[in-house]
Amino acid sequence: MRRSYAWDLGIIVALVLFVAVAGQTIEGVGSPRFWRFVILEVIPVALIALPLALVVITGEIDLSVASVLGLTCTVLGQLWAWGVSSLPLLIVLCLLLGAALGAVNGVFVTVFGLPSLAVTIGTLALYRGLAYVVLGDRAVANYPTTWTRNAIAAIPGLTIPWMILVVVAVAVILGVILHATPIGRGLYAIGNNAEASAFAGISVARTKFWLFVLTGAMSALAGVFWTFRFASARADNATGLELAAVAAVLLGGVSIFGGRGGLVGVLAAVVLLATLRNALQLADVPANALTIVTGSLLIASVVGPNVATQARDALRRRRARTAT
Amino acid sequence: MTALAERPGDTRTRGRVVAQRFFVVRELGIGLALLLLIVITALVNPRFLAAQSIKDLLLGSTILAILATGQAIVVITRNVDLSVGSVLGLSAFAVGTLFVSAPGTPIPVALAMGVALGAACGAVNGLLIAAARVPALVVTLGTLYVFRGIDYTWATGKQVNAADMPAGFLRMGTKAVLGVPVLALFAVVVLVFAGYYLRAFRSGRELYAIGSEPAAARLNGIPVGRRIFGAFVVSGALAGFAGVLYAARFGTLDANAGINSELNVVAAVVVGGVAIFGGSGSVYGAALGAVLLTTIGAALPVLGVSPFWQRAAVGALILAAIGLDRILMARVGERLRVIGGRSVAENAPNQRKGARRA
Repeated sequence: MRRSYAWDLGIIVALVLFVAVAGQTIEGVGSPRFWRFVILEVIPVALIALPLALVVITGEIDLSVASVLGLTCTVLGQLWAWGVSSLPLLIVLCLLLGAALGAVNGVFVTVFGLPSLAVTIGTLALYRGLAYVVLGDRAVANYPTTWTRNAIAAIPGLTIPWMILVVVAVAVILGVILHATPIGRGLYAIGNNAEASAFAGISVARTKFWLFVLTGAMSALAGVFWTFRFASARADNATGLELAAVAAVLLGGVSIFGGRGGLVGVLAAVVLLATLRNALQLADVPANALTIVTGSLLIASVVGPNVATQARDALRRRRARTAT
Repeated sequence: MTALAERPGDTRTRGRVVAQRFFVVRELGIGLALLLLIVITALVNPRFLAAQSIKDLLLGSTILAILATGQAIVVITRNVDLSVGSVLGLSAFAVGTLFVSAPGTPIPVALAMGVALGAACGAVNGLLIAAARVPALVVTLGTLYVFRGIDYTWATGKQVNAADMPAGFLRMGTKAVLGVPVLALFAVVVLVFAGYYLRAFRSGRELYAIGSEPAAARLNGIPVGRRIFGAFVVSGALAGFAGVLYAARFGTLDANAGINSELNVVAAVVVGGVAIFGGSGSVYGAALGAVLLTTIGAALPVLGVSPFWQRAAVGALILAAIGLDRILMARVGERLRVIGGRSVAENAPNQRKGARRA
């Protein structure tokens, strides 16, 4: 557990240092407007990355998240185009859709016992494909301005969008569950050794199933936000976002093999990646070249600790040898 | 005593026969699915089997099939290479730039450079995975971004046009011998070599052993790290090769060549019956998977299905393929258990007899 906290702290320190340095050197970094755009970018990624982190902690993965987001966007757009004009009803329907899509993943993984990597690559294609079936290459964009404006409205007196409060609430709820309840400890146990935790009385399959449902529902929520933020429902919304979400989860210190990591680190990693991207954009670094930074960070985040562990082991072995 | 010595061997052969039959069934299955799709489509519209249409189909599947071949080798070792699309893009743009800056470059030199560049990218992946012992999924997700970013930085605002390429190179991308595109022949050569290597070479067999159980492979003295490194170099080299073919086929190149193709490649491999957790499958299956995915894309419009259904069909196919594998695997496991159990039962009395005789 100690390593996990050190990692969280490391990401936060990196974030603070970067903002401090970039704030001095890059015009506009750290301004209220800057944070507004960073947070707008953080919201959908965090909504997905937080539940996804729990999935990864149990040793599974869900690559279909961005496709769930895209399908939700198109269904939302189509329902609106058909005349469903009650916002609460639309949101509930979208969340149910996301939960159902997540449940499909969950059934394939837990009931049929198929590897989640393969299953969710399949549903990644399937859900994105269904999004194209729903809307084709059309876009639905004529939402009431109150909806689109409210989605990105700021907290009164601040420039920060209110939706971040939803993210914080989700983070707190999931964080408490993960770090302070038997359910959370069960998730780590499953990730460390699924068989042993089954013998210890943890219902492994049921837990994983509900995590997939949760991830689906949250991806759908991110889809609703996405639709209203860009005032556009298109089948290709957020294509490729799954890799960004996975990158954030891993950079946040969650082990891809499961059993290790925490939500503070994941949230900090999401913010760090969004801050980096926005700051470098202000510094006129072409947006696409920024992928080098994302990729290098991701690699460094796993290579660093691994090499450190290996070096420590080697040192310990040598000491043991000299001692005898 | 001789009977005693033969029995376990007998069991092993019978086990092997069952296992082999499984692979034949698996590849036959996907071949049949492909055939069925082609026959139905041809019945609906006979022009689907016109020479030009078949040529387009082969040309379309070539690049995916080569990528799938490399990916299958990696997946068999229980790893995955998500960076292939970015390596393809990098190599394609490098070849284009080479022809712009040195217009007289002979084609084989360009080919060799693309392959070498891909192999170098693969070596970066392999080194990080084998030496730093980092999970392949994470490393290649990282290099997916890094290689693509290098490509973008290099290509900002630039574009290589078909006019910059030597005519012979572009002709290679479209020419056909006896109705079969040259590019497809390249893919077949790659495929046959890879298939033979995996089947007949000791190091090829070791890749399967590593994928089945890395720890046991290590205890058996297999140089696991070196083999995995090699698998990534091959996958990178093939992605680089595919990049050269991409340049020859499309002529116009920017930094987006091959973007988002990595999951398609993994899909082709999985549909082709290579288990995502390693140890089983073949490159032939993976290549068939690539052809099947491409054919679906070509067949749907002919069948009057909206092309928007294509991706959904691919997704459903992946789920069906892994589900089918699961069922077949369970069957094979049962058969092997039955055979194994019977032989133990047969051997046990013999052994007692043998012991008494001794």
